Amino acid sequence: METLQFEFEGAADPDPAAGCPALAGVVASGNLEVLLESRDLGGRCRFDVRTAADGFGAVWQAVLADFMQRHRLRNVLGTINDYAASPAVVSLRLDQAAESFAGPES
Amino acid sequence: MNPVLRRSYSEATARQRVAALMDPGSFRELVPPADKCTSPHLDAFRVPVSLDDGVVIGDARAAGRPIGLFAQEGRFLGGAIGEIHSAKIVGLIRRAIRVKAAAVVGLLDSGGVRLQEANAGEIGVSEILRAVFDARAAGIPVIGLVGGASGVFGGAGILSGCCDVLIVSDHGRVGVSGPEVIETTQGVEAFDSRDRALVWRTTGGKHRYLLGVAGMLVDDDLDAFRRALAETLEQPPRPPVDGVERGWQELERRWNDWGACRDAVEIWRAMGIREPERIPDLDVAAVRAARPRRGERP
Repeated sequence: METLQFEFEGAADPDPAAGCPALAGVVASGNLEVLLESRDLGGRCRFDVRTAADGFGAVWQAVLADFMQRHRLRNVLGTINDYAASPAVVSLRLDQAAESFAGPES
Repeated sequence: MNPVLRRSYSEATARQRVAALMDPGSFRELVPPADKCTSPHLDAFRVPVSLDDGVVIGDARAAGRPIGLFAQEGRFLGGAIGEIHSAKIVGLIRRAIRVKAAAVVGLLDSGGVRLQEANAGEIGVSEILRAVFDARAAGIPVIGLVGGASGVFGGAGILSGCCDVLIVSDHGRVGVSGPEVIETTQGVEAFDSRDRALVWRTTGGKHRYLLGVAGMLVDDDLDAFRRALAETLEQPPRPPVDGVERGWQELERRWNDWGACRDAVEIWRAMGIREPERIPDLDVAAVRAARPRRGERP
């Protein structure tokens, strides 16, 4: 069990967000839950990660950096509870959460 | 129904079940994930927490009626009941009593008490049972739905037995001691937990329906559960005042009639069901047709 925190520069021109918290996934073996919320972080984005698999900090950094490239987010807090999901599953849940965070219009 | 067109209830998450069973747009979640009301105990065991502690609760409408709803997530620690999880369910039921909801509906999917939370979990289960009886005493029916991969066992099995009505699918399982527990305490010759067919004959939804433990048997389909719930809400059960006494008599009759049976198939034969060995292979409609009506017992 490991608790990690990652911060990224937010996008200067963020996508419009619905503003309601968005949840994706379930904390089950090989799976994870991702919650995205609006939070005033001075323009930055932060991810609080609790994971059952120790020693994968560098992989989390890479997967979250990729995610930040795919979506234009700003002032977003991500909370992640992970039960040893693979990087592909993590990316999928992040994208699902981002999709519902953006709201039905976009 | 064409199996291809079904949307599986057992494969859906708790939140997908809520979305499919409630009237569109009517669900208002209480203590949502963003509140981060997570288990204070799991960290000590190095077990990940979940933001809703494995249960979704809130107000909703089903078939146009206002209800209190809780839905257990069977994938998170087997839907096991911990301190926060139970407190959410208890609060939801008490609230349903206060606002005079038309019913309390529980989408049950749980192996019972969360062992890591020990006494807090045990007390939590007993508080849920107390709240269920308070609701029933206030005239609010409590309806349980069972069709998830974790079934209902242990304290959750007892909870299912305290509901006014139980709606199960053939993918649902209902019991108190799970198969492995029975094998460990009674020996493999009494119950072989690796014999999947035996486990399903004994704990599966079909058998629970034929015994009368479950009032309705439906396909593993979100729409079938939604229709069965609507039907139940339209004609809510009125438990008789002598219900407990009748329940005891029914248990005694079961024991007298079937206590010597070694297998569910023998019970089905004793019920007068023709070709009882075919029950595990029959579809839900055929099993419903095979259940003897009350008073038709041979």
